Amino acid sequence: MKKNKLFISGDEAIAIGAKLARPHVIAAYTITPQTIAVERLSDMVESGELKAEYMHVESEHSAISACMGASAIGARTFTASSSQGLLYMAEGLHYCSGGRYPVVMMNANRSVALPWSIYGDQRDSLGLLDSGWIQVYVEDAQEALDMMIQAYKIAENPKVLTPMMVNIDGFILTHTYEMVNIPEQEKVDAFLPPFETVNKMSFENPKNMGFSSQPIDNTEFKYQQDRAMFDAIPLIKETDEEWAKTFGRRYHGMVENYKCDNADYIIVTLGSVCGTTRIIVDELREQGLKVGMLKIRYMRPFPEKEIQEITANAKAIGVLEKNISFGYEGTVFTNVNSSISKTKARPFMKNFVGGFGGRDITKQEIRQMFATLKEQTEPSKTVEYFNLNVATDE
Amino acid sequence: MYRYFNYFLRYLQHQNLKTYYMKEIRWHGRGGQGGFTASRLLGIAAGMFEEKHALAFPSFGPERRGAPVLAYTKIDNKKIHDRSEVEMCDYVVIMDETLVNENIAKGIKKDAIVLVNSKEGTKFEALKDFNVKTIDATSIALDILGRPITNTAMYGALVAASDLVSLDAATNSIKHEMKPALVDKNVRIVEEAYKTVKAQLS
Repeated sequence: MKKNKLFISGDEAIAIGAKLARPHVIAAYTITPQTIAVERLSDMVESGELKAEYMHVESEHSAISACMGASAIGARTFTASSSQGLLYMAEGLHYCSGGRYPVVMMNANRSVALPWSIYGDQRDSLGLLDSGWIQVYVEDAQEALDMMIQAYKIAENPKVLTPMMVNIDGFILTHTYEMVNIPEQEKVDAFLPPFETVNKMSFENPKNMGFSSQPIDNTEFKYQQDRAMFDAIPLIKETDEEWAKTFGRRYHGMVENYKCDNADYIIVTLGSVCGTTRIIVDELREQGLKVGMLKIRYMRPFPEKEIQEITANAKAIGVLEKNISFGYEGTVFTNVNSSISKTKARPFMKNFVGGFGGRDITKQEIRQMFATLKEQTEPSKTVEYFNLNVATDE
Repeated sequence: MYRYFNYFLRYLQHQNLKTYYMKEIRWHGRGGQGGFTASRLLGIAAGMFEEKHALAFPSFGPERRGAPVLAYTKIDNKKIHDRSEVEMCDYVVIMDETLVNENIAKGIKKDAIVLVNSKEGTKFEALKDFNVKTIDATSIALDILGRPITNTAMYGALVAASDLVSLDAATNSIKHEMKPALVDKNVRIVEEAYKTVKAQLS
């Protein structure tokens, strides 16, 4: 049997990662496909394995409120949600980032209603891109566990003090079992010191927190929130480097460049579909095609510089996302395209949109996307819904 | 000397091509029969007790007792990046013969092995194109466990009919995963099913 390894699901990996970060307070409301993660944490608190307060709140709105309250007195806090639950939390998300409470959340990426669907896509978190949270997207259960611990280190840094959302594809990752290395608690403790905040609510040093602002000073608050996000960028890279030194696993910070050097055709994507895309990149490379994948890890702060550098010499770039902003294009595409449009490069740009509500993204579909980039079919049409089963009059 | 070294390299590559090839297994059962548990046991055997990589996952969605359910295991000698659904399987395990119909015959590779829990020698029209093996898993489960829960018997049968994992790894996965009170009986079930299928094959 292998030491320090377990065959577990993405949800369980999240729970173990959260436990290793030693949160003081967990407040969450269960929702598929996040349920197992918080059930496991609840079990750990019940058994005494994790010394934390588990608050059984009646809704997501209360979960985030409880986390903010606990964070204000200097507690390390964790919550988790998905889809409708995350949307119900939306008011609190802005409140939390504005209050500079470094809460860490797991979001199991799931479709939003209507039509009702418990299955995965990324419209829940991408729809909340502007809520002021750091957003990271993971590719497998190991990255999910590792990012739970990295998240606290980044979010709690005094320069950042911004909440962080770790996004993991619902079902495809949350409900798939795989081998995961479990970091040793002592090493995690050395990597992640206890939470210390200057903004601590206490009787000894009373402060006014969660206050209102006037037109004369509101902009300055928002400016500082914005700067904090940019300040997180070098920290995200440093934290990942430090993680690699301690635990031997590296995720390359803001993005991962998978065979993009000298690539003519690049697919930019995020989440679990990065794995399937790797397979196709390897396959097409063997056939002599210069292709690559750019894995976006962080959507906020956005990896503008990294995208500009890595795609500088590409002839065509496709952005593959399980998301659409109705009436325009996918939000990931809008962000990537904006970065590239600030450079002199004018590659062929395509937005591949699909995989909604849990629909499988197949290897053949990804092959086809690379073919579209190579042949540059339908240059006038930016957004392409792949595997669409209704007639269109476009 | 250099030439021989190249031959050796090519031989190694050939071995890799033969062995570095993902195997995909589809499990059919009814909610409550433990199909998903079996898919995980196989993953644990491969990942924890052998130098392999595995993914195990149910067909995603709500769970209902008695309803037909699917589970999958992917096994490879290298890290499995492919997160797309299983399209064509190498092995199909059917824990309840009432689930056999035309639809079940879809997405199976030509040279795949299909294992059905049924009286030895039963023929299934829907599966006539495949290499079908039957095993009376229900009787084995009733004899040893006293309950018609056939997942571990079918697991043992699959281990015997394939070279996915060793019998040792399979029994270790049960010791590792199941509650202590269930371990002994389920290890015996796996061994009994393994023996039965090996006897059929010899």
